[in-house]
Amino acid sequence: MQRFEIVVVGAGPAGIAAAVSAAESGAQVCVLDAGAAPGGQIWRGGAERHSRTAARWATRLRQGQQISVQQNTQVVAPLAAGELLVERPDGPQSIGYDRLILATGARELLLPFPGWTLPGVTGVGGLQALIKGGVPIKGRRVVVAGSGPLLLAVAAGLRRSGAEVRLIAEQSDWARLLAFGAQLPLDPARLLQALRLRATLGRTAYRAGCWVEQAHGAEQLEAVTLRHGAQRWREPCEQLACGFGLVPNSELAATLGCAINAGAVVVDYAQQTSVSGILAAGEVAGIAGVEAALAEGAIAGYIAAGRPAQAQPLLARRAAARRFARRLEHTFALRAELRQLASAQTIVCRCEDVHYAALAEHPSWRSAKIHTRCGMGPCQGRICGAATSVLFGWTPESIRPPVAPVALATLITTSSAHSINLEEHV
Amino acid sequence: MAKVNVVINGRPISVAAGSSVAAALALAGVTATRRSITGAARAPVCGIGVCYECRVTINGQAHRLSCQVACAEGMQVVTDAAL
Repeated sequence: MQRFEIVVVGAGPAGIAAAVSAAESGAQVCVLDAGAAPGGQIWRGGAERHSRTAARWATRLRQGQQISVQQNTQVVAPLAAGELLVERPDGPQSIGYDRLILATGARELLLPFPGWTLPGVTGVGGLQALIKGGVPIKGRRVVVAGSGPLLLAVAAGLRRSGAEVRLIAEQSDWARLLAFGAQLPLDPARLLQALRLRATLGRTAYRAGCWVEQAHGAEQLEAVTLRHGAQRWREPCEQLACGFGLVPNSELAATLGCAINAGAVVVDYAQQTSVSGILAAGEVAGIAGVEAALAEGAIAGYIAAGRPAQAQPLLARRAAARRFARRLEHTFALRAELRQLASAQTIVCRCEDVHYAALAEHPSWRSAKIHTRCGMGPCQGRICGAATSVLFGWTPESIRPPVAPVALATLITTSSAHSINLEEHV
Repeated sequence: MAKVNVVINGRPISVAAGSSVAAALALAGVTATRRSITGAARAPVCGIGVCYECRVTINGQAHRLSCQVACAEGMQVVTDAAL
């Protein structure tokens, strides 16, 4: 087993800031990241190429004398106290820690509607990530739908890649968007960002109070039905990118016993979770964007390294970023109609093909899981769990290790020496 | 631009180095990565290795995530949907 004073899980903005701050305070740090390069989802494909801010942090991470960055490393389960089981391309490994910083980020909220399982329907960030991996988009007709500022950023990227963006359909209404926009001039950096997007998007149609009701096609997406007030029409397209904001990746925190509230890990002013020695930073502790993630990560890093005074100047930045996030949350709050889109036969759990009607008769996530296998497929409820939270108000519970599908060999090698109970957990 | 050669459902294709397996599948015109348990065609959705819709068999190993694995020279990819 390798052992470190501080282990950081995740190398997105929060994880990078945490590792750098802790190491520059003199601690021995290890970063475990499932990706091929630091950056997480937002600085995908290597932070160095993304932006000046990202590049600065990536450089500090790379130059850190006391930082061991382990890429392609998936944390699978907590072992004994102060120890994690990880899976790497060269096999399983156990990593020990004195203090742990969780910076596991977030994923997209995807909501079911008739046809959402058709090939050609993806998340919004999902389509962006696939294109960065080389999936061709040039000349394809795309509808971008759902909610939040990501719609604009992704639509702009799609245009630059040569896609034909037919429409951006934002479910929130103009009243909320304008109230939000009126506050933007107070923030020149964000206004500039908005203007740049506007320039790239040119005459691309943007409709507020508009959403996708249905996706059509036999084996592949051919069109979507859009709804805008009383108006309803069919828009031909080969690709639909549809996402409704983000949900925290709090599964590992849950298996470590950290308190969770509304899907996010509960943290105090010093980013400490309810479990002693475990901190959390960034989206996993509440969706608040990259600015908050950087501040929270740095605070967590300094606190974990025993330098609380260093964290002090970052508190104001964190507070400002969180205030902005609350405004975003209000602006892009989901409308009630979105909960009514799924028909009785619409699949909600994509892994196990469980229909809406089969779930609707259950009082809770646990009951649905036991009786229908909802949430028991390979995604482990990461998609349908968040969806059923919105649809039925359920709270996914009983999250158990392993937190990701894992080779049996990994469990066999480690279970003989450790306390993972295979009968209970697999 | 550097290229790598992979084989998708028995058909060779050359793609840009660094492309994901999901990208190679799309370039080869393979729109579905797997069949759901009730037989419906499925394809990548989340793009970040969370939804597991993009899983395929790579070099004989089942359940690999095509959106997360980069193409390597000589890689053999088989989709569930083709079986």
